Amino acid sequence: MSLAVNNIKTFPMGGVHPAENKLTAGKPIEKLIAPKQVAIPISQHIGAPAKPIVEQREKVKVGQVIAMSAGFVSTNIHATISGTVAKIDKVMDSTGYKREAIIIKAGKEEEEWADGIDLSDDLVEDISLGKEEIIKRVLEAGIVGLGGATFPSHVKLSVPKGRKAEYLILNGVECEPYLTADHRLMLEKGEEIIVGARILMKALEVDKAIIGIEKNKPDAIEKMAGLTADENGISVQPLKVQYPQGGEKQLIKAALNREVPSGGLPIDVGVVVHNVGTAFAVYEAVQKNKPLVERVVTITGKDMKSPSNFMVRIGTPVNNLVEAAGGIPENTGKVISGGPMMGKALNSVDVPVAKGTSGILLIPNEEAKRGKMKVCIRCSKCVDVCPMGLEPYLLMTLTQKELFERVEEDHVLDCIECGSCSFTCPSDRPLLDYIRLGKKTVASLIRERNN
Amino acid sequence: MSQTILFTIGSITILGFLAAAILYFIASKFKVYEDPKIDEVEDALPNTNCGGCGHPGCRAFAEACVKAEDLSDLHCPVGGNETMQNVAGILGMEVDERDPYVAVVRCSGSFEYRQKVNMYDGTENCTVAHSLYGGDTGCQYGCLGFGECVDACDFEAMYMDEKTGLPVVIEDKCTACNACVTACPRDIMELRPKGRRNRRIFVSCINQDKGGAAKKACEVACTGCSKCEAECKYDAITVENYLAYIDADKCKNCRKCAPVCKSNSIHEINFPPRKERPEKPERVKKERPERKTKPVASGAESVTLEKEADVNVIEMVKKANENKPNNQNSEDKA
Repeated sequence: MSLAVNNIKTFPMGGVHPAENKLTAGKPIEKLIAPKQVAIPISQHIGAPAKPIVEQREKVKVGQVIAMSAGFVSTNIHATISGTVAKIDKVMDSTGYKREAIIIKAGKEEEEWADGIDLSDDLVEDISLGKEEIIKRVLEAGIVGLGGATFPSHVKLSVPKGRKAEYLILNGVECEPYLTADHRLMLEKGEEIIVGARILMKALEVDKAIIGIEKNKPDAIEKMAGLTADENGISVQPLKVQYPQGGEKQLIKAALNREVPSGGLPIDVGVVVHNVGTAFAVYEAVQKNKPLVERVVTITGKDMKSPSNFMVRIGTPVNNLVEAAGGIPENTGKVISGGPMMGKALNSVDVPVAKGTSGILLIPNEEAKRGKMKVCIRCSKCVDVCPMGLEPYLLMTLTQKELFERVEEDHVLDCIECGSCSFTCPSDRPLLDYIRLGKKTVASLIRERNN
Repeated sequence: MSQTILFTIGSITILGFLAAAILYFIASKFKVYEDPKIDEVEDALPNTNCGGCGHPGCRAFAEACVKAEDLSDLHCPVGGNETMQNVAGILGMEVDERDPYVAVVRCSGSFEYRQKVNMYDGTENCTVAHSLYGGDTGCQYGCLGFGECVDACDFEAMYMDEKTGLPVVIEDKCTACNACVTACPRDIMELRPKGRRNRRIFVSCINQDKGGAAKKACEVACTGCSKCEAECKYDAITVENYLAYIDADKCKNCRKCAPVCKSNSIHEINFPPRKERPEKPERVKKERPERKTKPVASGAESVTLEKEADVNVIEMVKKANENKPNNQNSEDKA
């Protein structure tokens, strides 16, 4: 614990501290029974949607590639249950739109996994593959950033020419209230995560790694610190409980005191950040040849009967999780995919769990409603809490007035969409909604300008 | 008078003349020649600065007109043919007549046809809502109902109908400036030729879901059944992604397509009611039992109703149905 008390770091600017509500921190990860039917969206990652390579009525095994990566920033999608492809159709997903998905119905016979996948629980420590092979395996396994951003991991591992990575940072911060998926994973699969970290270090050719963990998870800090005690180059960095500590740029600033330049990437300051969940997935892909077919999802809510952490097959309807956790409480106002700060309200519980679904949160009615928007009272609280040093009130007003050139000048593209501004606004102004709109418009204007 | 005052007056006068000389020199040296025709053309334009022509304002359009070698690419939708003739007259050029356009709303999913499936409590702004999710009804293509098109309209040619939750275009006021088309994040608004005698036919739906899914979300959604496509003799209708589209240039207003549309997605505007009615839509009959005798049948081609520009076929048939007992259809039968 001495480690946790001394040497606690944080990012210097802004941030908020919402109620933590980590209801499921003590609940071990349970395996959720594979559903009878899954709908696997072909676009679960940032970048080009994968191209389906299976046809209707085709038999598939668990772990078989059903959609191929279409471009560099894209990744593979795998079957998550064995059975037959029922159809390829548009399905409502967590974006709130109906988008292409591959629907697989389970067969009557026992579950069948694709060849060459090691399903045992034995820890494989020796890394036999080389740098290129690891990156290839990560792509083949369809691994994306499991923290929620779903950026294809192989892209992050392919360091551009002329740049050199110095540090790997493993993100175990989990600063979103309610969510405990990464916390439980660190407690239960710590050994595997460390091996995963070593694999990532090998792929990036770095010899230093830092695991960042918020200090509200002392058991995880202790466990990881114990595991890394005789590990060369890997250390644990306890961090102050401050949202958005887990933001990539905030984490780099806190852990290494390096600042990612505006419009730049972490690699510009010699850092690559991966989530601990991603490290675990990389371990499974590289050492066990197991593609990303399941992930840990926290299902939680104040009025839930038994909030839990589940290991869920991707494509499972959210409803299955809700049922397994005791059903929807009567006064539920919103079902949110992700955490309460950055998550997105779902418009149906039939939406499938995707690679980026870190949690499902059921919020009671009284907390779900947005306050009525009032006028800006110029209190500048949003400016104080913005971890990127932006002026949210200004960006909102400029976007409303459609002055997009000024929105761009005021660095709207640096916004990390953490929602601290909307959270803190005493006038309940939808700051982030408008900033997102401004960001989107500015991005498309820039794209137009470059073409 | 003391000498100081005299001296002051003298020096300031000299300074004044000096400054005037410098200014005169600069003004004549750096004079920007501007074609006087630009001013003339600008005066001939409506000066609404709406941007409907694709230029930043009327002045810029006037400059473009004066600079252009022929006016075939330039058109002021607000002023229409008359204005363009005036402009051509000033510039001594020829200009072709263009068909006037009007904005149409390609969504008829009103509250009664399109059930709400969830609640939206975010910002009441179409673009924001559109960026967040598919909308509070099952149709992810349809109107969100926050009226950004209405806000964009500079001519008060649109309003939100509170009963249906959909925007309505007032035909007589619409100048086809394109503002609503660019404002709508869902591409629901479309500019279509006003058509001969102001009559036109279009598909009032942009739902690209498969038939079943579309129908489930909205009773009046185009299911892409292709019946209209088969019915059309002029190849004006194409069905793509489970959605029919009528090419206004090819459409001859023969009215064969609308009756075969089972979901009433095809709207006929400003047509007289049909004489033979293949089926009486029973849903419609219930709605408005009382109806004063306002013979729609006789002067129907000039139905440019102030408030109901988008009279759809259902209402047309309905009105005719209801008029029938009162009027005894004397004209129709004769």
